[in-house]
This record gives sequence, C-alpha cells and structure tokens, in this order.
Amino acid sequence: MSDNVSDTEKSGVEDAYYEQARYVRNGKYEPLLAEKDSTRVTIDDDESPLPADLTRDTLELPGLSEPELARHYTRLSQMIYGIDTGPYPLGSCTMKYNPKFTEDVAALESGAVHPGRSPETIQGTLELLYRLQGYLAQIGGMDAVTLQPPAGAAGEFVGIRVANAYHEHNDEGHRDEVIIPESAHGTNFATAALGGYNVVSLPSNDEGRVDLEALEAALSEQTAALMLTNPNTLGLFERDITEIAEMVHDVGGLLYYDGANLNALLGRARPGDMGFDVMHYNVHKTFATPHGGGGPGAGPVGVVDELAPFLPAPRVREVENEYELFDPERTIGHVHGYQGNWLVLIKAFAYIARLGDEGLLDASAKAVLNANYLASQIDYEVPYGPFHHEFVASAGEQDAADVAKRMLDFGVHPPTTKWPEIVSEALMTEPTEVESKETLDLLASAFRRASASDAETLETAPSRTAAGRIDQTSAARNPRLSWHALDEE
Amino acid sequence: MHGTRTSGSPYAPHTDDDTAAMLEAIGADSVDDLFDIPEGVWFDDEFGIPARSERETRALVRRTLEKNESLVELLGRGHYGYYVPSLVDHLADRSEYLTSYTQYQPETSQGFLQALFEYQSLLVELTGLEIANCSMYDAATALGEAATLAERVRETSGHRVLVPDTILEGRRSTLENYVAGTDLEVETYPTWEGTVDLVDLERQIDEDVVMLYAENPTVSGSIEPNLSEVGSLASSSDALFVLGSDPIALSLLQRPVDVGADVVVGDASVLGLPTSYGMGLGLFATRESYLRQVPGRLVGVSEDDQDRRAFTLTLQTREQHIRRERATSNICTNQAWVALRTAMHAAMLGPDGLVDLAKRDVVRAESLAERLNELDGITAPANDRRHFREFVAHVDDSARAIARALEERGYAVHVLDDDHIQCCISGVTEADIGGFVAAISEVTQ
Repeated sequence: MSDNVSDTEKSGVEDAYYEQARYVRNGKYEPLLAEKDSTRVTIDDDESPLPADLTRDTLELPGLSEPELARHYTRLSQMIYGIDTGPYPLGSCTMKYNPKFTEDVAALESGAVHPGRSPETIQGTLELLYRLQGYLAQIGGMDAVTLQPPAGAAGEFVGIRVANAYHEHNDEGHRDEVIIPESAHGTNFATAALGGYNVVSLPSNDEGRVDLEALEAALSEQTAALMLTNPNTLGLFERDITEIAEMVHDVGGLLYYDGANLNALLGRARPGDMGFDVMHYNVHKTFATPHGGGGPGAGPVGVVDELAPFLPAPRVREVENEYELFDPERTIGHVHGYQGNWLVLIKAFAYIARLGDEGLLDASAKAVLNANYLASQIDYEVPYGPFHHEFVASAGEQDAADVAKRMLDFGVHPPTTKWPEIVSEALMTEPTEVESKETLDLLASAFRRASASDAETLETAPSRTAAGRIDQTSAARNPRLSWHALDEE
Repeated sequence: MHGTRTSGSPYAPHTDDDTAAMLEAIGADSVDDLFDIPEGVWFDDEFGIPARSERETRALVRRTLEKNESLVELLGRGHYGYYVPSLVDHLADRSEYLTSYTQYQPETSQGFLQALFEYQSLLVELTGLEIANCSMYDAATALGEAATLAERVRETSGHRVLVPDTILEGRRSTLENYVAGTDLEVETYPTWEGTVDLVDLERQIDEDVVMLYAENPTVSGSIEPNLSEVGSLASSSDALFVLGSDPIALSLLQRPVDVGADVVVGDASVLGLPTSYGMGLGLFATRESYLRQVPGRLVGVSEDDQDRRAFTLTLQTREQHIRRERATSNICTNQAWVALRTAMHAAMLGPDGLVDLAKRDVVRAESLAERLNELDGITAPANDRRHFREFVAHVDDSARAIARALEERGYAVHVLDDDHIQCCISGVTEADIGGFVAAISEVTQ
C-alpha cells in the first residue's frame, strides 16, 4: 500500500458507496436513473392551469442534477462498442467510419427548420434535397428519387407500394406474388408481406447465386416483383443479372434492388444499368452517416421513368431556379408524416459532396480489396467466391454465436452470425474500406484465435466485456421491459 | 508508414505498399481484377461529382442553407420545436453512442441498452400502459403499426379504422399505405369545435370497427374534454382505442391508461430534437397482453453468467430478421439515437421540469390567444376548448395575405384556409411573442 488509506478504510468507503447505490453488484455497473433518485410530482389542482378532470394526478420520474446526468450517460457510453472504438465488420450492415465534419454540417442552425414552413422561405433546405436527389439518381442509374423513407426497410415498403400502384394502374392488380431469394435480408420478406403480397422463396444454386431454373419456375403472371441485392449477401455478384432482368420483365414483373450492398459497386456498376426498375439506398450504410445504435437511417428510393408518377408525395423539383414541392401525378401518398430523416440526409449529402467521383470509386475498390484480403487470412472455410465487399465463412463444428462472443475478448466486434442460412454456422464479414491492413491483420488474428479456442472457452466467452454471457432465454421467458417491472420483484 | 497513401476516399487508409502486399496475398494483379462484374454492366462513365475538401464541403452546405430565411416559427401542427439543453447534444454526440450499431452483441452494448430501457420506462410512466418499444420512425408510421396490430389482436372480424376528420394529411396517408396490404379501410369521423363529436361518433361505431384513433391534444391544440367517453365508445364495440399524444402533453394531461387507451402513439421527439424539418421519433406503448404482437425492438432485463443484472434486446422472434414474412413489422433500423436524446432531455427536465413545461404550454398558448383576441379582425381561439401549446384563430381578412405579410416581418404561422391561421408557442421566447403580437397587429390593421 503506497497511499495513506488502509485496506479496511478503503473498502469501508467503497462499501458505503455500494450500499448507497444498492443495485450495484459490481463496480462496472451503472444504476438506473430511477434507482439513484425518483421524484413524484403531484399535479396540484390549485396551481394547475387546467381543471382536474383534464389532468393526470401524479408523475414519477428520476430528478437528478445536470452533473449527475452527465456522469450517468458518460458511464453508459463507456460500456458501448462503436466504430470509433474499433473494427466493426458486421456483414451486410456496412459499418464504416463516420466523418466528424458531417455532424457539424447537420448541426447548422439554418438547417433546423419546421416542415410547415412555406417553400419560398426554405429554398436552401429544398436545394440541398434536390441536389441529393440528383446525386443519388446518378449513382444508382435511376431517373427519379424520393428522399422520404426514414430507413432501408421503409424504402423497401415504398418500392413495393410503388410496384403495386404501377400494376394496378395497368390493370394488372391480380399480381399477388413477390419472389425473394432465400439469402435475402429479412426485411424483404416482411416488407412484401406488409404490402399484402405472398412471398415466393427462391433457392440459390450451388454457386450461391440465383438459380435461373428455379427463377423460371417461380415466375408467372402472378409475379409483381423480384427483390434482389447485387452483390448478394454472400458478397457474390449475380453475373446473370441481365438475363434475370429480362426474365422478370418478360412476365411483366418489376425488378427491385435492395441497396444494402451498394457500397461494393460505387462508380463501377449501377442498378439502373443492370435492369433494375426500383431501388432503395441505405444512406446510413453506403454514405457513412452514423447508425446511432440502431437508427435513424434514411432509405431514399430511386425509380425508372415509368414508375416516377407513383412516388410518395411530396417531392422536390426545380422550376426556373426556384425549388418547390410537388405531388407526383399518381402518387401513393405519404410513407412518413413529413419529409423523412433530414439530419441523416444532410450528412449523406455532405459525404457524397466530399468524396466526389474519385472518392466513391476508391471506396468500393478498397472495400472489395479489404474483404478479399481478410478472407484470405483466416482459418475458417470460406465457401463460394469470388467476393466483393463481404464474405461468409463457416465456423464448421463450432457454434458461430460462441465464436462471436470469443472474438469480443480480443477487442474487436464480431461479424454477423448464423446468417445467411445457406452457409452453416455463418460468419458474415464486411470490413469496409476504412480499415487498414494492420487492422485487418488484427481481425484475422481474432478469427484465428477463436478458431483455435477449446469448447469450454468458447461457451463461457466473453470475459472482458462489461457483462458476461447474457441469458437470452430468461429475458424472453420473463419479460421485464421497464423499471416499473423491476419494482414488482 | 510504407509508401504513399493512394488518392480517393479520404477515409481509406491504404498506402501503395499496403495495397500491393494485400493483392499479393490474395493472388490478384490489380484491384479491378477483384470485381466480378460482367462486361455489359460495367459503368464506364462518370457521375460528374467533383471531390471537395472538408472545408469546401462545409462552406457549400452553409452557403446553401443560408438561403433559408430566418423566421420566428410559431409553427406546430404535429411537429414541435422546443429548446434542447446543450447537455443533450454533448452527451448524445459521444461517438460510442453515435457510431454503434443495433445491439446484436449485448455484452458489449450494455450502456446503450440501459439507456433504451430507461427510455421505455419513461414512456411506461407517462402513458400508464405496461410496455413501450424503443422506437418507430415517427407518429404517422407508429399509427400505421397500431392499425396492423389491431388487425392481429382483435379476435372478431371487422375492417373499419376510424380517425378524426382533422387528422393531418401525412398521417392519414401513411396509415392508408400501412393498411393497403390488409382488409382494413380508413374512415373519418366528424369533430366539432376542434374535438371529437361524441354524438356523431356513437352513430358511426359498430362491431365492424377494429380501431378508433383520437388525439389529445388535437392537431389544432385543443384538449379533448371527453376522452373517457371516447374510450368507452371504443370498448363498447371491442375496438382498439389508439391515442395520439406526446411526452410533454402526457406529463400534464390525463393518463392514457385512465381513459381506456390500448395503444399510445405519437411523436416523442418533442423532447431531444430541434425542428429538424420533420424528422421524428415514433412513440409506441401498449398493454402487456399484446406483447407478442408488438412491432419493433424491445429491451429487457436479464442476467449474465455471474447472475449480474444485464440488458438485452428481447422477444426477437417477433422481428423480421428471425420470422421474416410472419414478423409483426418490417421495421429494422429505427430511431434509437433519437430515443436516447429524448430520454436524456426528459431526465434533464425531471418530473418537475416536465410538468412545469407542460403547464407553461397551456398558460402561454392561452395568453397569446387572449392578446390576439384583443386585436380587431381576429378571434382567438376559434373555439371554446382548452388549449395546449397552440390554437386556431379566425381572421377577418385573407389568412394567406396575413401570413405573407407576417413572413415579411419575420414570423411564420400556419394557414389552414382563407379564414383561419394557427399559432404555436413551443419554439419561441416571450420576446418573440411580443414581437409577433406587434407584427400581427400591424398586419391586421
């Protein structure tokens, strides 16, 4: 002991602290706000500006000082792994570095306007939206773009609703099927079902790509659309895309592009040129706006000319150097109360404007280089290939979820696990262009160390995170979803 | 560092030597060789977007946004600007919050999960309902999800969804898109003096109604005087009673659970976000009996392998990434970071601050209405309901002309039709209100 406080005294002080915050069972834990302080306010009839029958009686919530809150949320932030903490190779999620200057750009006060403002008084906002529409149309090879959808899945929904409106308009309302490859994002299936469609699941061929014979069998007069991403979730380019587009178009269906993997194609291929009729862009992925722990995102939708009249209202257009809002002729209406997630859109605009042609082209080049390099450096088997921006390894005899937990112990975030199901014990890995060779080597080492771990170590990992392995089953069996539920214990 | 950094993306760290070493390890000659794109679909053209420095990009955005006129916004109608404390910006902008993904690995996401759990808890206290999810996109999409929930949980058949005739166009239209794939049909019921017309509503309700939607306060800022009766009408026909509101209004107004609400939807970003051109945060709270049918993500409490309390996403078997076309909703990315900001803002205010803010919204709206009512040519409010933060005013001259003249003097108000404007006090200071009264008295002279 080099300090003046004896062991006993020191632990006495700590005990007192823990006693005070009695819910802390381990020094790493931060109590809930309500466990630190809970204040009940009574709505006093005499002081209320409203009669008692219009008001509640009481409100009970935490009532802490600003310094206490600063510490609470700072401590919580220290128990979170983000892309600024280390590599985050979540396949299909495209977790790339988020430039800081875009935060400052989004915080410009003139950008914080009310959606009820008259268009004449917010020409700057409308001009930025208009220019972003143009950038996205160029990048996707599309004719018209709406910025309204607040996330990728919301963009898918617009795509499906637009397809529906288009078919209805052409007296083809009988089309009630949407074809989706088995390896597609879960949102595709859920979106098609929300749109009222029956889902026809499409198996992959033994190369991991669309099976043209299976597609032929699935296509019919009932087909409204095929939802596809390219490269697909295995990181493989659908080489037969031109033929696929022809087959879908021949039966009168539309081809939908899921933009989740667009980062692999920037400047090298465009969905519009491949024959896609409608697509969404995940700007929070491809154009590096922060994911914010699960959102907000933005999912603009691009379409070819024939579908433009059906896009959501309103859109932005330029008329004689003025920007105005307009409702497309046969619009499906709104998919969001106002104009979508402005703060995300402006960051995407700044990102694209910063990179330009040169930067976008380089982003896809380095993303593909990094994925191929990392795939070549790990011990797990990587079926299929050649890869674009991501690859799916198989953990083989190991449980992919255990492998992920073990990788946490090596200071990296693990890949997406157990999906797509066509690879057993899948480890779906997407390093993106922002990782250096040195970091990729660190990731490869984490993969190798996990693959060499014995069964017991795998099953009990992680051991270096704020929490140990969490019991998911008990959480679902006995749902406790608010601090009020904890009070009852 | 070996070699020079290659040009292109400013965020790709590769040097020439790195690239060469990596290509060699892969066994490829060039990066272009790695692209497995057939000849016919190679893009050989350019976008024509020039690369810019960070400084130039910031200047471009600033220059463009400076074209927005600087106006004092007395605007509301479903989207509200409130002052957001600096603490919220500084804490929420910590990069661990901003740059993390959905908490699929809970062991290394405990902080965010706890913050979202606290957000859910806040909504449970405000609504009195047992559960809240950790966000939808905005009020309109939350309303759409409520309707699809109603279709799933209501045991009897039926297809009518009733909404007030004053509902915002964006909300109604979004709702209609959400129910387009179901048998549900959206109908409006009449309002009178800005609130529900109970007599007409009763006539319209039958067992075919699966969902009844009302708002408190209403879009015109009126406080519903008979909310319990509306709830009773819904339960009499076994319809789901969905109430639209927001966290600030709920701090003072009747608790939804006490008026029979089955679901509360609305925009929770009244706390935590500035006006943001309509960006929102969908509030969604409901009864525990509907738990397995709830859309969106839920954070729950569990234990880790040392029996310590730990947080995790739970009941994910409802969600699209597991159940695909049988999921309760297609939502995946939500508004998590906005929910974090809302929880922070609410915590910053505390229960006293929230109740005081809500009371102030009543007092200031009524005070502004009184001041406008003293002017010639204006009747404010246009109905005799009590008001929360905003109200409709009748104007004798053209409402459009008045609004235009106000814009020239630096103030923005809503124009409802030729004879009505709407004014909201949430985003403005007392000095702004003084200036506004002076301006409108000039304009209506």
